[in-house]
Amino acid sequence: MDNDKVIQVEGLTKMFGDFTAVDAITFDVKKGEIFGFLGANGAGKTTAMKMLIGISIPTAGTANVAGFDVFKQAEDIKKNIGYMSQKFALYDDLTVKENITFFGGIYGLSRNVIKEKSDVLITELGLQKVANQLVASLPLGWKQKLSFSVALIHDPKIVFLDEPTGGVDPITRRQFWEMIYKAANEGTTVFVTTHYMDEAEYCDRVSIMVNGKIEALDTPKKLKKQFNAATMNDVFLKLARG
Amino acid sequence: MKTILYIIQKEFKQIFRNKGMLPIIFVLPVLQLIILSNAATFEVKNIKFGYIDNDHTSTSRALVEKFNASDYFNVLTDFPSEAKASAEMLLGNVDVVLDIPQYFERDLQKEKYINLGVTINAIDGAAAGVENVYITQIVKRYNQHLKIDLLQVSDNQIQPVNIETIPLFWYNETLNYKTFMVPGILVLLVTMITLFLSGMNIVREKEIGTLEQINVTPIKKSQFIIGKLFPFWVIGMGLLTIGLLLAKIIFQVPMVGSLALLYLYTSIYILVILGIGLFISNFTDTQQQAMFIAWFFTVIFILMSGLFTPIESMPKWAQIVTEFNPVKYFVEVMRMVMLKGSGFIDILPHLLKTLLYAFVMNGLAVWRYKKTT
Ligand SMILES: Nc1ncnc2c1ncn2[C@@H]1O[C@H](COP(=O)(O)OP(=O)(O)OP(=O)(O)O)[C@@H](O)[C@H]1O
Ligand SMILES: [Mg+2]
Repeated sequence: MDNDKVIQVEGLTKMFGDFTAVDAITFDVKKGEIFGFLGANGAGKTTAMKMLIGISIPTAGTANVAGFDVFKQAEDIKKNIGYMSQKFALYDDLTVKENITFFGGIYGLSRNVIKEKSDVLITELGLQKVANQLVASLPLGWKQKLSFSVALIHDPKIVFLDEPTGGVDPITRRQFWEMIYKAANEGTTVFVTTHYMDEAEYCDRVSIMVNGKIEALDTPKKLKKQFNAATMNDVFLKLARG
Repeated sequence: MKTILYIIQKEFKQIFRNKGMLPIIFVLPVLQLIILSNAATFEVKNIKFGYIDNDHTSTSRALVEKFNASDYFNVLTDFPSEAKASAEMLLGNVDVVLDIPQYFERDLQKEKYINLGVTINAIDGAAAGVENVYITQIVKRYNQHLKIDLLQVSDNQIQPVNIETIPLFWYNETLNYKTFMVPGILVLLVTMITLFLSGMNIVREKEIGTLEQINVTPIKKSQFIIGKLFPFWVIGMGLLTIGLLLAKIIFQVPMVGSLALLYLYTSIYILVILGIGLFISNFTDTQQQAMFIAWFFTVIFILMSGLFTPIESMPKWAQIVTEFNPVKYFVEVMRMVMLKGSGFIDILPHLLKTLLYAFVMNGLAVWRYKKTT
């Protein structure tokens, strides 16, 4: 396989009964890239992502993630990726520290490494004061940043973020994207879905999904040119309206 | 192995942090034990007693007099023949008929063993079981050389009953029903709490979405499941301990057999229940669904456990079904060990069957547990 491409997808399809949620999508993601995965509600973004991270078996097609096949080597993929779900999925009834320790432990990190990482992470996120508070008591923006950091705890090659900034304020969104850039600079490939078109501008390349199909895929610059639009928002509206 | 420890640690933290759950786990069972044990009495009074005296000696009359003297029996009639007695029983005019053979006195003086025929109306199986105990007690006290041939009448049919299946009653000499019920109710508590907790626990993570987060990690199914279930195993053993202490302190239930044996058996038994709980959570998406299914099984398990209705008085098909009821085995082992002092060899068949059950249930549950959909 091409060493440069950490995700290779061909004809990937998922059907729920008669309904085709993801319709034969084909694309590649390069190493170190920030890949924006756009689409309206119900376009099939989450469904496609779940197939790539090995928790949903595709109906048809092929996909290779971090060098492993989604059909045969799902567990190997899991060692090499991080995932932040659209729905907040840390434990509300555990403290910040306990959540970090638990997920670090599950990924097989040693006690020392966990301790070190958790100190660094808590400092970077500015969570020192609330480190021993239950996660339930944190504001949404902090929770999201914490989930992102937890998704990176085992230094994955690729991190999948499903609407990481849904429902948070613009300042927190900005900080979140700084975190994403930092991870990308350190060599992590970022696969991210979003509904915010300004965020799409920050991506290296963007794909736009409509009703389960990828209708456009390129750099934001080229897409704007191709659709003769001033902003990604216009591109999106043109595509989504058909 | 280390991974499992992280899960166990997390699980215990969550359990002990859940202020609503702790009382449910530890206080409710205690209340239940106290209430149920006091309510579930099987005492049967005013039993309509008839007899057929084929001997007509002072000895046979003395035996009948023993029944007359008992608080439980109203001595009714001296039936002239078996046919007459059967007819009266079918009409419901008599509950129990004692058949004293000819040469009763003579044989007894020769110290021969004598079989006494006893027929019990077993339409109400639970009452029949109790009546059998009363009769056995009176007869045994009268003379050690007497043996009972028991017949039960139900659904207009007469069936011989293998008396060996009910000897458990014999070990509760004082006929104290609390002594008899407490070990059984203890079984219910351990079973219900561990089944509900384990059944709902994994579903809860499905509901709040954390299970998906776990499923994207490289954790092995078996690691996750062991880590998840172990805390409930500990809670089950804890409940047993609390229950045994209450049995001793409040109800003065004797502990004739080995405590270690009881713990050994329970440790395996809880694995079966946890396996069933896990199996339920595999097939459900919400805690409500899990709860309903857990209830369904609990009710069947309890009603068919022999705790409230003797298994011997169930229809044949039901008796076969009870062979697959883990609660039945636990009730039997509990009573055997606590009241009768049965040893390892005595409960070995129960132990082996339970062990097999544990393997099958957990094997199925782990196999059915999928990290992908
Ligand atoms: N398990 C499922 N069974 C049946 N249909 C499903 C299932 N999961 C998703 N779908 C359907 O597939 C379609 C795509 O859903 P998906 O969650 O992938 O969309 P999305 O692009 O992530 O949307 P959103 O932006 O709202 O998160 C939707 O119509 C959804 O109802
Ligand atoms: Mg989605």
